Amino acid sequence: MTQPMIRFEADKTLLTSFGKQQLEIAFELEKGQLLTLYGPSGAGKTTILRILSGLTDIRSGRIDVDGETWRDTRLKINVPTRRRSIGFVFQDFALFPNLSIKDNLRYALQKGDNNQLMEELIELMELGPLQDVRPAFLSGGQQQRVALARAIIRKPKLLLLDEPLSALHDDMRHRLQDYIERIRRHYELTTILVSHDLPEILRLSDEVIWLDKGKIRQHGRPEIVFPSHSLNPKIPGI
Amino acid sequence: MKPLMTDWQPLWLSFRLASVTTVILLAISLPLAYWLAYSPRRIKAVIEALISLPMVLPPSVLGFYLLVAFSPSHGLGRFLDKWLDVRLVFTFPGLVVASLFYSLPFMVNPLLSGFKSLPPALREASYTLGKSKFTTLVRILLPNIRSSLLTGIVLSFAHTIGEFGVVLMIGGNIPGQTRVASLAIFDEMESMNYSAANRYALVLFLLSFIILLVVYLVNHYFSKPQPLT
Repeated sequence: MTQPMIRFEADKTLLTSFGKQQLEIAFELEKGQLLTLYGPSGAGKTTILRILSGLTDIRSGRIDVDGETWRDTRLKINVPTRRRSIGFVFQDFALFPNLSIKDNLRYALQKGDNNQLMEELIELMELGPLQDVRPAFLSGGQQQRVALARAIIRKPKLLLLDEPLSALHDDMRHRLQDYIERIRRHYELTTILVSHDLPEILRLSDEVIWLDKGKIRQHGRPEIVFPSHSLNPKIPGI
Repeated sequence: MKPLMTDWQPLWLSFRLASVTTVILLAISLPLAYWLAYSPRRIKAVIEALISLPMVLPPSVLGFYLLVAFSPSHGLGRFLDKWLDVRLVFTFPGLVVASLFYSLPFMVNPLLSGFKSLPPALREASYTLGKSKFTTLVRILLPNIRSSLLTGIVLSFAHTIGEFGVVLMIGGNIPGQTRVASLAIFDEMESMNYSAANRYALVLFLLSFIILLVVYLVNHYFSKPQPLT
């Protein structure tokens, strides 16, 4: 049996608009798979991404990624965010306003990295004409592509996508879903996506976790979690 | 007829004091404002209140306490005098130290507002890209708060130039050593030498206006997003 890429077990108190809530989550994920976190606001989806990236700490638990322990509260191991091999696409993209698009990508390169992957991503994401432009002058879809390219450029072990397509219209959304799918397969990226969009979930996910009030309500393949919605995608439980 | 001679020494001293104070303040205030902006510690409310005190206290109160502290007949002053051979009362270094306290809020507060105005995701995105806190500060945070930086630098410089009460108490108005332009204006007024007072006042007035004008012009430029690099 293959070793899971991610072993996640965490316990944390969440402060939500409904008051204090306990996040108690445990799951595993195979290498190269895309897991979608689904559920109502305040269920803990973004918090799980932040815990994985080290931006939010937990009360107790353990996180192993590709054989490395990133967090273990019992052994007091806490690998800082900058030493975790992750690519994070934030909900509002968080592009650096002072840098051009090319410099936003270049900033993500590590010492000794060559520009080949950057050039490849610029071409793949159709960012060529925008290279010298600052982020404020890009549309939502263009910014999203830059954010995705910037997250991937380090070839991370784990790609974390926090509702990256939520603000886009259908046409752009479908195109970017294609980008994500192509890039994920191309670079064999293990990915965790937060999404409310059922067609998107059914199209992209290998696995889905349906969260509710900090607990796993259902976990499995998308067609198992949403059996009656596979053909008629109307969002349940939101 | 008495020739129209201007003693430029007080103006030169004021600019030297303001320049030295501003450079040191920038070095002190950057880490301080960064810590105040991002530390979760509750004690920072006390630190913020202490930093902002010179904005509301009469300068004479600050001057009095600094004079007592720097006096060689009291603890700190005695220690500095005996062990480090440093005397801060009625000396230029004493003026610098007093100005650091007096102008600290004018540097820290704009920087603090600048840091707080940035979306937290910018810092977090930089960390997720493998960058250290220092690299994030230098490459991402500071370039994005450059108007706050400029405001802090200019306000500190201009505020130090305009000091009166504190420099009078700590410096003692010694010509060539601690007699800065604001004190020289007062002296010339006392001597009813209005034309000399007017020359000092006019230089300070014009300089302050030009400095503020440049700040507003540059900040207007910074506030517009630049399309191309």
